[in-house]
Amino acid sequence: MRLQIYTQAIWRPRVPSSNRVRSSFPQTTRALIFAGLTAIGALTSGSTFAGDIQQGEKLYKACKACHQIGEGARNGVGPHLDGLFGRVAGSIDGFKYSNAMKAKGEDGLVWDEASLDQYLAKPRAFVPGTRMSYLGMKKPEDRTAIIAYLKAQSVAAPSVDPTAAAPARAEIGSAAMQIEGDAEYGEYLSSECVTCHQLSGHADGIPSIVGWPNEAFIRALFEYKSNIRTNQVMQNMTLNLGNEEIAALAAYFGSLDPK
Amino acid sequence: MPNLTRRSFGLLAGAGVASLAMPFYARAQGKPRAVVIGGGAGGATAARYIAKDSGGDIDVTLIEANPTYTTCFFSNLYLGGYRTFESITHSYDKLASNYGITVINGMAMMVDRDAKVVVMADGSKVPYDRLIVSPGIDLIYDSVPGYSAEAAEIMPHSWKAGAQTQLLKAKLDALENGQNVVMVAPPNPYRCPPGPYERVSMFAHVFKEKGFTDSKIIIIDPKEKFSKQALFQEGWAKYYPGMVEWYGPDVHGGLVKVDPATGEVETDLDTFKGDLVNVIPAQKAGMIAEKAGLTNETGFCPIDPASMRSKADDTVFVIGDACIAGDMPKSGFSANSQAKVAAMAIRGDLTGSRVFPAKYSNTCWSLIETNDGVKVGAQYAPTEEKIASTSTFISQTGEDAALRQQTYEESVGWYNGITADIFGS
Ligand SMILES: Cc1cc2nc3c(=O)[nH]c(=O)nc-3n(C[C@H](O)[C@H](O)[C@H](O)COP(=O)(O)OP(=O)(O)OC[C@H]3O[C@@H](n4cnc5c(N)ncnc54)[C@H](O)[C@@H]3O)c2cc1C
Repeated sequence: MRLQIYTQAIWRPRVPSSNRVRSSFPQTTRALIFAGLTAIGALTSGSTFAGDIQQGEKLYKACKACHQIGEGARNGVGPHLDGLFGRVAGSIDGFKYSNAMKAKGEDGLVWDEASLDQYLAKPRAFVPGTRMSYLGMKKPEDRTAIIAYLKAQSVAAPSVDPTAAAPARAEIGSAAMQIEGDAEYGEYLSSECVTCHQLSGHADGIPSIVGWPNEAFIRALFEYKSNIRTNQVMQNMTLNLGNEEIAALAAYFGSLDPK
Repeated sequence: MPNLTRRSFGLLAGAGVASLAMPFYARAQGKPRAVVIGGGAGGATAARYIAKDSGGDIDVTLIEANPTYTTCFFSNLYLGGYRTFESITHSYDKLASNYGITVINGMAMMVDRDAKVVVMADGSKVPYDRLIVSPGIDLIYDSVPGYSAEAAEIMPHSWKAGAQTQLLKAKLDALENGQNVVMVAPPNPYRCPPGPYERVSMFAHVFKEKGFTDSKIIIIDPKEKFSKQALFQEGWAKYYPGMVEWYGPDVHGGLVKVDPATGEVETDLDTFKGDLVNVIPAQKAGMIAEKAGLTNETGFCPIDPASMRSKADDTVFVIGDACIAGDMPKSGFSANSQAKVAAMAIRGDLTGSRVFPAKYSNTCWSLIETNDGVKVGAQYAPTEEKIASTSTFISQTGEDAALRQQTYEESVGWYNGITADIFGS
């Protein structure tokens, strides 16, 4: 089953898309397909493609705050990555994708090594209007590594309903998570945020913050407040926000649909 | 000018307090009217927020002298070759079509505060129930002896964006290796405290790109220190060694005059000759603020820190560069932040909607060299006497390249965010 999906993904003809830049393509693609085949060989024959995958695991730290992968993975700020290879872009029910990502999926974009390689190199160039606030991974070998890691982790289909709320746990910001946020108050407070964060949900240089799950939003603000996350503007902005305010902001931004 | 726009300060302050206690509600005949003078960072934001949040219950008119708006923010990046002129120029179309704002293209010449009407250059009158004044700055040309509006065609200030910005760019691009730029920096208070020094960085970037190893940029500054000084000076030494010379008053001893005919800038110490001279004179609130009797002896407008309401008239609000905003710097970010507080207060006045406590914030990003951005910012809250900063931050010297690149990328995101917030989307 697994093998079938992988092979399909690899040999699926490239989706025609006006955004693809062919000139930057052939070398890396060929290398990737080769690497991919090797990886499959390695996986099916029981050994692992250790070097790459280990490197990929390290690199995955940058993705972890938003994306879950592996058994029981759920949607968070970003969609879960189980069953990623062979998945049509923007296709998980219940996840708030940007219009741009949904359109890509409708145009036929399917996630495989080649398309992921391009997306990860410069997300905003490959899918202009994506909500993903990630600048890009420059080195081709890093991208190969992370794709190998994703493959090793991603199971064919999620084992639980990925849209179900995560079980409550003791964590930062839990007091604010108990409060029912006042979205009207949040809308007022949001005027401070939208000077930088676009209401459309577009992320260019400033993360997209619309349509996040409540808890992820609250957690992120508390992480700035307590200096776990370091961005001077956000640390400063969250300094004077209390539980009520953070819950209100989470409720308001969470209620919006990205464009 | 006829006297009808001027009233005594003391008298007014008294009147203001009295009527503040009595909120104004929608007039029987038709919707209440909010009028905004100035479609810049402050005014256009205010118009948009009043229109958007009142859901059509307030009639909003925006009066703007120019048909389009070119942002001063990122105009330095245009000089440096990072942005096109088109990419920093914005239209008022969406404010009209998506928010139902009446945009009047024309110059407001005075305000009859007794009759509550704005008088336009063509003599037409625009009545208001609440007025927002956001005209930005006017330049005090004669604060620099020898300088004038005519001299600005030779020695551009480019401190109001538009034709002046294009003129400076053309002159910059025409320079040859070995030719020098002299900048006369402005005294406090002026719009965009780090602006002159970001501009110097962009001049230097252009020289470096062209391999102009013999050209220099000399800054004659009336101030002893300047915004983000350590960050700029670190960057200039790193990227443009030997190219930038900054002289404070203790070195040059004072500016004597500029001579547009010769390109000379004379100081007590010495005379500097520029093949391109960029003179940024002292500044005051845009003329309409003074004509409306809203300014004090500083040339700017006192306001109530909790609402942005003019101290001279409780039906008038002054925001942006024209007001005295306490600890807040004169910036597009500040103007946008103040606009939201004023918009909320006006909706409260006119429709009785909820008024939350005022909060203000600002961040100013500057670009030193490609992918090397820095920032300074703060949050503010009103006190009895001023808008006071409650917490501040600034980029550090010696930060690594990845962080500086992230800061630059952030500034690009901010530009897209704030221009959508000002002009609508
Ligand atoms: C080089 C430079 C770089 C800058 N960089 C930054 C930056 O990076 N970040 C930042 O936050 N700020 C920056 N600023 C500052 C920022 O541009 C100003 O602080 C901001 O524009 C102030 O907004 P405002 O609404 O007060 O005035 P403005 O934006 O100047 O708007 C005033 C408007 O009113 C109109 N007007 C004036 N009088 C009348 C009248 N009588 N009738 C009709 N219309 C009238 C004008 O035409 C103008 O459009 C920079 C400034 C400069 C010069």
